[in-house]
Amino acid sequence: MAPKHPPTSRIELLQGTLDLIVLQALRWGPCHGYGIVQLIRAQSNNVLQVETGSLYPALQRLLRQRVIATEWGRSDNNRRVRLYRLTPKGRARLSAERSRWQQLTEAIAALMVAPQPEES
Amino acid sequence: MSVLGWFARLRERRTAELANELQMHLEMAQADRIARGESPRDAAASARREFGNVGLVQEVARDEWNGAGLAAERLGQDLRFAVRMLRRAPGFAALGIVTIALGIGASTAIFSVVQATLIRPLPYPHPEQLVRIEDDLGGIGARDVGMSTPEWHDLERSGIFTDISPTWFDNNNLTGLSHPQRVGLQIVAPNYFALLGVKPQLGAGFDPADPAPGFNAQAVISDALWRSSFGTDPHILGRVVQLDSDSYRIVGVMPRGFQAPARVGEERRTEVWPAFGFAGAPLSEASVISRSSLFPGAIARMAPGLTIADAQRRVDALVQSLRRAYPADYPTRSDWRVRLVPLKDIVVGDVRQPLMFLLGAVGLVLLVGCANVANLLLARATTRGREMAVRQALGGAPSRLMRQLLTESIVLSVLGGIAGIALVIAAKGTLVRLIPDTVPRVNDITIDWGVLAFAFLASLAAGAMFGLAPVLHVRGLDVTRVLKLEGRGSTSSRDQQRTRRLLVIGEVALSLVLLSTAGLLVRSFWGLLQVPLGFNPQHVTVVRTRLPYPNEPKEDLYPTAGAEETFVRDVMRRLRALPGVDDVAFGSGAAVPLDHPYQDQTLLHVRIEGDLSHGDQPLLLTGSEVSPGYFRLLGMSLVRGRSFDDFDTGDKPPVAVINESMARRYWPHDDALGKRVKVSRAATDWSTIVGIVADARTDSLAGVSAPHIYASLYQQQGKHLAIFLHGRFETGAIERAVREQVQAVNSALPVFGAERLSDVVSESLAMRRFSMMLIAVFALTALFLAALGVYGVISCMVSERTHEIGLRLALGADGSDVMRMVMRQGVRLAIAGAAIGLIGAVLVSHAMASVLVGVSPSDPVTFTVATALLTFVALAGCYVPARRAIRVDPMTALSS
Repeated sequence: MAPKHPPTSRIELLQGTLDLIVLQALRWGPCHGYGIVQLIRAQSNNVLQVETGSLYPALQRLLRQRVIATEWGRSDNNRRVRLYRLTPKGRARLSAERSRWQQLTEAIAALMVAPQPEES
Repeated sequence: MSVLGWFARLRERRTAELANELQMHLEMAQADRIARGESPRDAAASARREFGNVGLVQEVARDEWNGAGLAAERLGQDLRFAVRMLRRAPGFAALGIVTIALGIGASTAIFSVVQATLIRPLPYPHPEQLVRIEDDLGGIGARDVGMSTPEWHDLERSGIFTDISPTWFDNNNLTGLSHPQRVGLQIVAPNYFALLGVKPQLGAGFDPADPAPGFNAQAVISDALWRSSFGTDPHILGRVVQLDSDSYRIVGVMPRGFQAPARVGEERRTEVWPAFGFAGAPLSEASVISRSSLFPGAIARMAPGLTIADAQRRVDALVQSLRRAYPADYPTRSDWRVRLVPLKDIVVGDVRQPLMFLLGAVGLVLLVGCANVANLLLARATTRGREMAVRQALGGAPSRLMRQLLTESIVLSVLGGIAGIALVIAAKGTLVRLIPDTVPRVNDITIDWGVLAFAFLASLAAGAMFGLAPVLHVRGLDVTRVLKLEGRGSTSSRDQQRTRRLLVIGEVALSLVLLSTAGLLVRSFWGLLQVPLGFNPQHVTVVRTRLPYPNEPKEDLYPTAGAEETFVRDVMRRLRALPGVDDVAFGSGAAVPLDHPYQDQTLLHVRIEGDLSHGDQPLLLTGSEVSPGYFRLLGMSLVRGRSFDDFDTGDKPPVAVINESMARRYWPHDDALGKRVKVSRAATDWSTIVGIVADARTDSLAGVSAPHIYASLYQQQGKHLAIFLHGRFETGAIERAVREQVQAVNSALPVFGAERLSDVVSESLAMRRFSMMLIAVFALTALFLAALGVYGVISCMVSERTHEIGLRLALGADGSDVMRMVMRQGVRLAIAGAAIGLIGAVLVSHAMASVLVGVSPSDPVTFTVATALLTFVALAGCYVPARRAIRVDPMTALSS
């Protein structure tokens, strides 16, 4: 593992969360793989660094589930790249997953602020 | 391009695209770093570091691909792996494949018969339009009594049918060739072949609109006759042959394989068709216009677009109006009706039920086979539990493992199916020979696409069925537990043992159903063989001949009973002189017990003097003409009065002999002797009943005795003659000897069909024997498989409990205790299976009650014997593993 970042600054993504994050990143429009990594990093204030080794399998998985689709586009330096975009099915999935995520985080937050046992 | 090739190319392209995409990713990361001020070298290195191993990424990403290409590739892998696994366990594979091959082979064989006879439509254009027209007289309980010429014309004019052709099966003497021969003949209207929609392979056939009222002196012959008697003469058209001394010009040869659509094998093998207008000579003027002068029925093609129900409705309306128009011909009490029967039902006739029954039985055998293979697979899954657990632990997805196992099962079943089909193809000749003559269209039995599809689907279904058991086992596999059971071979769970027991119980139950069914059939058959025949077929041989019945009366050498009597006496005298012949008698064709190739030959129109209960309508009774000595030769006992003697000739008052059933039925309170009847429609004189014979099973072994009436052959002619000879001789030799004597009297007469009477009797049971034998074979196969199943489960149990058994032995249990323990397991399986099986068996036996003769569908003896046999065989199945159990060496068992 790259020792540049202290381990505490990296969050091990819950299983299934990566898919949600990728979908969320694509909400803004079609984007290529590298762009997705950058978007996620920027929007999470540099906390979430998606590994390439996780991203591409995730993209293939999402493609297979037909929640995203590919198209050809141009990169900033005007090269032909493959872009990923949300399908209507993907948008539906995203909103469903988001509300579930909301519930989950609220539930966990409630758990965390619940009265703690006294420490002896 | 092959599909797999296409998939491979698709995959290559996608891999290249992915590599390209990843390369771009790397370049963009690098460019960003450079833009942030890193040196190009550092940027490249850190981007690559951040990116990780490119090859690995590709590998992982590809794993997510589940496109068509990968599915096919995976299937290929699974198949290769499956074949490898089967080759690694050849004994197991062979046992499984043989079991399935037998099951599929037997099912496919039966299905090929069902396909040819029941499923495949008749081989004519628009076969659904073809019907047979049958006339019933419900009022006197007579079915299919025949049709008159005026009725035929009424139906023709009705517009319900495009064509109607009367059909009349008969025999004829074909002469003018090297030797006289008997040919099967069907008299038809000129439109017969046009109606069926079949053209001759040679010649034009009849003109469908031929207006000749009588015979038009044209004949069409079958391919078989063309080959056997005319040496496939290509110039046969126009050749004139003699049929019963009348001349016919051959105008067509039917295609090979053409069979007349008919109920009986003998009729289907018709060799000659003369065309007849059914409105002229030799029919008398009077009979042509009479509504009570009947020919045996007709076939018809319904007008296009009519369903049989529509047509029946319109025919019913026509019948009603005719009944009103001709009240004298159709008295209300006789209740004349005309019934349309799909022609196919006529051809298929009585074999539908037995065939479906056989198909069901063979299906059960296949099920038992499947249960057995499922058991084998489960046993193997147990020994492979470790392999499966390790593969799961190493990341093999359970779904993939299940697919793998299912593939193995299906490979097994498809291999079994292929072997089964090979078996059927190899055995087809034998099979076709075994099938009795009653089954129609046996020559049409082919292993065609339909049959192959059936075999293939049946194997797939079987594979999926028995493949499910181990698959479910993998799903329930507890990886940690299995891996912890280090060193021990067995990983069978309680669940799995229960599944295996249930499978064996099911097998035992199904086998019991088959076994008891077979038992009931065997008992019925045995019962039929024990039925007192009322006649003695021992040492009686029948040889047949036929007197010609020319259309031209002047040509008739035997126009009267008197002329026939001279011939019969002459031949009888000659035959009596033959060495080895003890006794000789003659009778009409219908006088041969249990042999009725032509259904219409046996029915006589009988009138009873003073009996007005049926109005003008004659009774339809089975009857025959016999010579003096007939009853004596056949050992039929005379109850009262006398039998025919040499003085019952044409110049004396006619006499008749009846059987007890007839006496009971029509003179229940009276003495039948001395009463008078008219024995045929043409009879002008009353015949006096002079004798009553004991009932004999001359019509059917299974049914009750029916009324039967006999006339003296010297007073009432029978053109089809059966010669009964008593003595011990070989049929071929006696046929030659009889031919010599008959042809010494009249060289134009054919002599044929020599048969031992005992063979005729046994032949009448052919379909029954065929079903019984097959069901018995199926039952024994199922029994054997069930025994194998019990053996498998028990021996598995023994090997799993070796440790425990060793312990018991070490602690002082002796061999018999262990033996009892093991056997108890087997008995439990057998009893559970038998209990379920008995319920099924009783249900099945009641469903087939109509087939059973002389045995109750819940016959306790059969069920007891079947259960006992099954239990015994099941115990034999656990004896071998039980023996192994008591030989367990405690030391080895405990230290292992």
